[in-house]
Amino acid sequence: MQKLDLCEDCAREHKVDAPTNFKLADMLLGLGAADEVGEAASTELVCPQCGYTQAHFKKLGRMGCAACYQVFGPALEDMLRTMHRGVRHVGKVPRRLQGPAQPPVDVTEQIRQLNERLERAVAQEDYELAAQLRDEIKSLKAKAGGRKVKE
Amino acid sequence: MKLQEFLSPAPESARRRGPQDRIVSSSRVRLARNLQGIPFPHHAKKPDCIQALEMIQPAVLSLPSMTGAFAETMEELTALEKQILVERHLISREHASKGAGSGLVLGRDETIAVMINEEDHLRMQALLPGLQLQKAWEMIDHFDSALEEHLDYAFDRKLGYLTACPTNLGTGIRVSAMLHLPGLVLNEQIGQIIQSVNKLGLAVRGLYGEGTEALGNVFQVSNQMTLGEDEPRILARLEKVIAQIIMHEENARAVLMEKKQKVVLNHIGRAYGILANAHSISSKETMNLLSLLKLGMDLGLFPGTDRALVDEMFLVTQPGHLQQRHSEKLSAEERDIVRADMLRDSLAGVKRPLSKPPPPTTGAA
Repeated sequence: MQKLDLCEDCAREHKVDAPTNFKLADMLLGLGAADEVGEAASTELVCPQCGYTQAHFKKLGRMGCAACYQVFGPALEDMLRTMHRGVRHVGKVPRRLQGPAQPPVDVTEQIRQLNERLERAVAQEDYELAAQLRDEIKSLKAKAGGRKVKE
Repeated sequence: MKLQEFLSPAPESARRRGPQDRIVSSSRVRLARNLQGIPFPHHAKKPDCIQALEMIQPAVLSLPSMTGAFAETMEELTALEKQILVERHLISREHASKGAGSGLVLGRDETIAVMINEEDHLRMQALLPGLQLQKAWEMIDHFDSALEEHLDYAFDRKLGYLTACPTNLGTGIRVSAMLHLPGLVLNEQIGQIIQSVNKLGLAVRGLYGEGTEALGNVFQVSNQMTLGEDEPRILARLEKVIAQIIMHEENARAVLMEKKQKVVLNHIGRAYGILANAHSISSKETMNLLSLLKLGMDLGLFPGTDRALVDEMFLVTQPGHLQQRHSEKLSAEERDIVRADMLRDSLAGVKRPLSKPPPPTTGAA
């Protein structure tokens, strides 16, 4: 086997496609997922907004539009768990959505997720991460406790 | 206005200084955002892309911080101009391949850069020299908050900012720093460092991001996870890890000079020899050798020479910048010759490196 490192221009010239998308689909959905593309059954999910199908997602590892997350989103949770530190957004929120109507952050759920990650970190002997998670759990518990007292 | 007139001259761009810039060449924070109701760029039809572009570009230009900005559609830019933007880290290689329906807006001092219809409708970044992650975040956060007054972002309470790829969901943030790590490469610790950094959920990449080589011993460290954690926490993790990498790099340099001084001096001396005397040299070899020269400067082996000279060479010897200096188009072979000529000229006034490092002086930087 000969290994060649080609720049993008040369790759295009030699008609070699970057396999990134296929690798991503495989990573997200298990090996061989990319091969299943095209075998889309008539029952498969389709985004009513942009016409994107599950097969598209499997092939490209990307969504077609924001509304796709409502269609394909529920099945994503396990995948998101392997990719991210949680499945719930806890960061910045656009100003137009801020205000009293905002639902409170589910601290119990956050603590549960952190505990899961703590167990994994210990199992993998990643003690630095474990210590960090322990501190995060402690501070969340303190915060939750404080809220109860105030109430 | 033409891009060439807008961008600061290469020497000036390469000479921007920042904290810890012996090791950290630049800090970047980028945010991915999308508009509601328009398919993501890879799935959108051309009229949709144009619609997004026509909504985003004026909104960006209306912000006070964008006074005097440069705005252009990608189809109006030449391949050479795109290459120069990539070499300045102002657009991604993916964006450089885009045409009609995509665009960019660059802030006056090249700190803020906005790509329109790259993988997401909006990719905005703040880029600062040296280690300034917090400041870069504050700048882009402020910019984003001002922009959301004009644009309706696709946002979900549970999933956060909705992005084309689920790997960017949530905060849509990518915090990264460019690190020059010749010490860790020379003493073969870099593999170990990359492994540990990966274990912490961070990514190590090459000079131009995903899928690129670490030319010139420059590595990009960035967060991979964007959901389930807020921006300050992501920043704090990166800062902590980068501080540790800096410490390891400093240690590696000290250990090398103590235990393998001849090896290090040999590498630096040879790098100088080739760069100052070659008559044809590739871009890749140039970057790798300039990295050793930069290490030599850091170790005090080139007294009286401004290290900015090497930073400048690092930028201007890359294909786009090199080509820009010559009005006629150059083949790869011709570029190698012109590059070597340029290096010989620039290094003509630089004396060969000392045979041993100078004794440390008090008050030295």
